Amino acid sequence: MIRFEQVVKTFPDGTTAVDHLSLEAPTGKITVLVGPSGCGKTTSLRMINRMIDPTGGRILIDDQDVMDVDAPKLRRGIGYVIQHAGLFPHRTVADNVATVPLLLGTPKAEAKERAHEVLELVGLPGDFADRYPAQLSGGQQQRVGVARALAADPPVMLMDEPFSAVDPVVRDQLQDEFLRLQSELGKTIVFVTHDIDEAIKLGDQVAVMRVGGKLAQLAEPAYLLAHPIDDFVSDFIGRDRGYRALSFTESPRLPLAPEPSVALGATVDEARAATGDDWLLVVADGRPQGWIEPERITAPIEQGMLHRGGTVATEHGPLRAALDAALSSPSRRGVIVDDDGKLLGTVRAHQVLSAIERADRPEVHEEDIAPTESVGEAAP
Amino acid sequence: MILTDTWKWLVDGANWSGTDGILHRLEQHVIYTLITLAISCLIALPLGSWIAHTGHGRWLVSLANAVRAVPSLGLLCILGIWASSHISGDLALTGPSIAVLVVLALPPLLAGAYAGVTEVDPAARDAAKGMGMTGAQVFAKVELPNSLPLVFSGLRSASLQVIATATIAAFLGIGGLGRFLLDGQASGEYQVMIGGSVLVAVLALLVDLLFALAQRYLVSPGLTGRRVRRHTAGTGTGNLDPATNLDGEKATA
Repeated sequence: MIRFEQVVKTFPDGTTAVDHLSLEAPTGKITVLVGPSGCGKTTSLRMINRMIDPTGGRILIDDQDVMDVDAPKLRRGIGYVIQHAGLFPHRTVADNVATVPLLLGTPKAEAKERAHEVLELVGLPGDFADRYPAQLSGGQQQRVGVARALAADPPVMLMDEPFSAVDPVVRDQLQDEFLRLQSELGKTIVFVTHDIDEAIKLGDQVAVMRVGGKLAQLAEPAYLLAHPIDDFVSDFIGRDRGYRALSFTESPRLPLAPEPSVALGATVDEARAATGDDWLLVVADGRPQGWIEPERITAPIEQGMLHRGGTVATEHGPLRAALDAALSSPSRRGVIVDDDGKLLGTVRAHQVLSAIERADRPEVHEEDIAPTESVGEAAP
Repeated sequence: MILTDTWKWLVDGANWSGTDGILHRLEQHVIYTLITLAISCLIALPLGSWIAHTGHGRWLVSLANAVRAVPSLGLLCILGIWASSHISGDLALTGPSIAVLVVLALPPLLAGAYAGVTEVDPAARDAAKGMGMTGAQVFAKVELPNSLPLVFSGLRSASLQVIATATIAAFLGIGGLGRFLLDGQASGEYQVMIGGSVLVAVLALLVDLLFALAQRYLVSPGLTGRRVRRHTAGTGTGNLDPATNLDGEKATA
């Protein structure tokens, strides 16, 4: 557990970057610090491993004041991932990853072996180990950055906008893999971002900070979306937060309608016989592939003929996915599948909406009703 | 024919031996060059790194460059006159020569070391510190190896300059290949002058080649792109996940 106790950072020029910050980052969880530029989130992060020393208050890692530990020694025990990865260009990927084990005195062969292990873990198999950073894409460099931070298996990881310099598609993949990795490793992570969507996606709890280094609200993502504490937080988390909050609500049993379908390769006649509707679902091995319009086809159905605009939702997935499946489907019928991806049936938007209306919203906590400067515990 | 005369002078074994011979002059020339480079490196490399590291004294880099404009021969005369009345023995002659050469060698070395350390990726430096390297480790393991390409280019340009200019040592009567230029002019033997110049040029090229080889050996291929396999990331590895392939297409090498 990492605990900030009334931490203050005032720079020599008089600006206060962090103003009496108190919060706890629980063991094994991801705590995201998010806020506009100038809110002191990076400064707060960098005070944990003493890249910056606080001017007031205390930061404790498992009840040990960080200021009582020799800075290089402290840092070797904390994983550190930064925005542009900061790989050493003159060292191979494997040597980069072995950095901290070698600093800790691990024998060379062992460190190298460990490097290969962690590279595997972040999805960069053997072949990458002997390359140099300049030969990697931005996304791959970031993976190496994460691998390097994990190499000595530190219990605590600090991540400063690690995914913000890559393009959105790669960022999404890196985030998903990061969550998968964390579910296996259970590190205590403090993660800084300016991107509220990233904060909500990754955080077990999210600390929204305001300019001047004050904590505005600390809560679980779903709670944050449902109950922003003031105008600043609600502005910062942005529009369509109602819609986004659906990501955290598991779909109840939806009234599924059976959906006629044909397999790939079906003839024109088979397709027209299968449905009276304008749109017909095409499956392969029971898995939905896309939609076609039977009246418009002139040849047996091939992959290339399919309309692929519709998304697919899983039965017990979030309500957001179910609603999106209905909204994006050309037939207006949202495709629902089971955990194996096999077709279960379809649902219409109004049915998802009724389910949404019946779904629970996070309860308001007493202490959040009157906005205070308070900080305190994470929302349960 | 002046060129054939030059060739004859160069290949005549008699011209290579003895205290006035080519070999001895070459040896003197190389020794002056090495002493100069050694002194210059000892001054410029730590100083350049220190300036880059602390940001203090950047004006020194500019000053060194400005001093380049001082004519070497003029400086040599002034130092020579001053030394003759203050220092005795051989040092009165070699001292001023070496000093003039050091003044020439310093600017490229200083600029190389300064730029080399300055241009180390700030993110790499930050990561090095953040992973628990001490200040000395950051310098030795990250800043120094990454500054080597620019340090080498400073060293090579300094060595060329010094070898070419070391000919002026002959003015103070302490030999080196410059002797042939002076003697040849005095006696009207132009083949000797040209021969001497050719030797200086060949020496300069050889030394540069030597440094180029050292650079190849010492500078990481990660910095030069050399010996680095150029195949696109993702190819040849069948078990990559789709994500890797996707961003692999944008690999920079």
